[in-house]
Amino acid sequence: MNYQQLPQSGKTGDVSSKDGTKSWFYSDIVKDHFFHPRNFMHEDGDTSIYNAIGKVGSPACGDELRVWMKVDPKTECILDFRWQTFGCGSAIASTSMCSVMVTENDGMTLEEARAMKPQDIMERLGGLPARKFHCSVLCDKALRDAINDFYRRIGKPEKIIKEASRMIDPISKVTDHDIEEAVLEGAQTLETVQAKTKVGIGNPGVLPAVEELIRFYREKYFG
Amino acid sequence: MSKHFVYLDHAAATPLDPYVFDVMKPYLKEVCGNPSSFHTVGKQAKDAIEVSRETMARLLSARPDEILFTSGGTESDNLAILGSARANKEHGRHLITTAIEHHAVLEACTYLQKKEGFELTILPVNTFGLVDPDQVAQALRPDTIFVSVMMANNEIGTIQPIAEIGNIIRKFRGSNAFPLFHTDACQTVGTFDLNIERLHVDLLTLNGSKMYGPKGIGALYMRRGIKLQPLQFGGAQERGIRPGTEHVAGIVGLAKAFELVQQDREKENERLVRLRDMLIRGILEHIPKTRLNGDPKKRLPNNVNISFLDIEGEALILYLDAKGIYVSTGSACASASLDPSHVILALGVPYEVAHGSVRFTLGHSTTEKDIEYVLDVLPHLVEKLRVMSPVHVEEKYFT
Repeated sequence: MNYQQLPQSGKTGDVSSKDGTKSWFYSDIVKDHFFHPRNFMHEDGDTSIYNAIGKVGSPACGDELRVWMKVDPKTECILDFRWQTFGCGSAIASTSMCSVMVTENDGMTLEEARAMKPQDIMERLGGLPARKFHCSVLCDKALRDAINDFYRRIGKPEKIIKEASRMIDPISKVTDHDIEEAVLEGAQTLETVQAKTKVGIGNPGVLPAVEELIRFYREKYFG
Repeated sequence: MSKHFVYLDHAAATPLDPYVFDVMKPYLKEVCGNPSSFHTVGKQAKDAIEVSRETMARLLSARPDEILFTSGGTESDNLAILGSARANKEHGRHLITTAIEHHAVLEACTYLQKKEGFELTILPVNTFGLVDPDQVAQALRPDTIFVSVMMANNEIGTIQPIAEIGNIIRKFRGSNAFPLFHTDACQTVGTFDLNIERLHVDLLTLNGSKMYGPKGIGALYMRRGIKLQPLQFGGAQERGIRPGTEHVAGIVGLAKAFELVQQDREKENERLVRLRDMLIRGILEHIPKTRLNGDPKKRLPNNVNISFLDIEGEALILYLDAKGIYVSTGSACASASLDPSHVILALGVPYEVAHGSVRFTLGHSTTEKDIEYVLDVLPHLVEKLRVMSPVHVEEKYFT
């Protein structure tokens, strides 16, 4: 045995290869999309040819995504999907992969695109580090925002799916959306969600509803 | 893999000096005794520790019994803060620190505040990351028992007026024993003359991994007469304040590393300042929408911290990594907590600036060629990421 050889743990990175011998913080597919992003919108790109746009996040929270979509009004297939992303490696790779998925094989219909989940993007990327999961959720949200925008523009408001937030704790002003975000950022228990949101502190009557939501979002995203 | 290897993360860890490694070797192999054992091999180990302690004391202008060996910067900070607050709480329960301290200081202080009934004042800094000595003076109270201000910041490199603050505290306490003054000097061991008398500090933290010594070893200077409550129990080592069998090779390496960096200090500072300013100027002049974080003058010779607006730091360090350049970021995305750097936010800048911050820290191995290489590849990488970004931060944040 060669004792001089450096030990290499496949588990030191957040993502490890299948044989467990190599590790990096991102999978090879993530790296490929990160270093060679597909379908992004160039600065001088003509945005007027797109008939739907979507936006999510803000630079203050560390990620901002914008997407431009060209949808065939007859078939409701996605013909083209362009994006710009301010964010880390996994945010860029997720949006790039999402753009490939919705446009490959002549494009998804909007209905198919709506059925797509953040997990599907993550799976195609060969996994994301656990703490980066919210990045794939963000591009999924930008896509949904663009789909709504398309229906708004063609005058079919009944097809818009509003992801309205519901006030859970009127005292701390915490909505179900805030709890969803906390779960996505890694909070798994009532205590950790409270540490992030202050929900139910001084208003313990809402705690059963909060625990119910935590379970719901944990199952939705990590189940 | 890139054929280049440009390591610019010396504030995180420095490579071990080969000469330090050589003096450590016998204590990893032949000298196998426990320093507490009453035989020849034990005494050899014990002697090595005491000689190292004398070296440390001489370099700090302190006495050997004022040097305590620990497992590193975090333990020294924790021991200084928790140990002295707990041992001296009957004299007062007020602590003072600053917003840009290392987490080893900040979290120890907030722990005492939350769990053990201490009051804590966290002083702000100005836009360059400087602590105002007048604000320290105003924050001092009769029940203040402890003040901790770092000597130079690990992220933005700002050097604090430690001697001035130490003087204020010394005058305030007069003939009283409190408040005690502690400084974390981990980033400055190779930069400054750490003469304790001139700095007016009572406790000082240093560690091996920032001065070309081994990792997992550190020291705490504590002025004679100071009482500390131990954090661990079970032996008489380090006068019972830090029990446990000593890391003999680490201690020997720490003292040798400290001696070596202090020897070459002035020449190396001069060399690093030149390279540092070359890198800062090169970036600010050739890459638009960039901002230097920290003080342009009162700055560690090896620290460059730049915010690249409109892009995110983690994405940039991965691009640099692919080019064989190894740096750090204050971005939230690179941290397990998803919170951006508390140090950059303390400068009063928007979150966007913290998310786009990248730290380059130079060291012994850094050459002019390395800096030229960084300046050669960096503009393209920044441009590539900016083209993908929808964010355009307003100009007022980077001028």
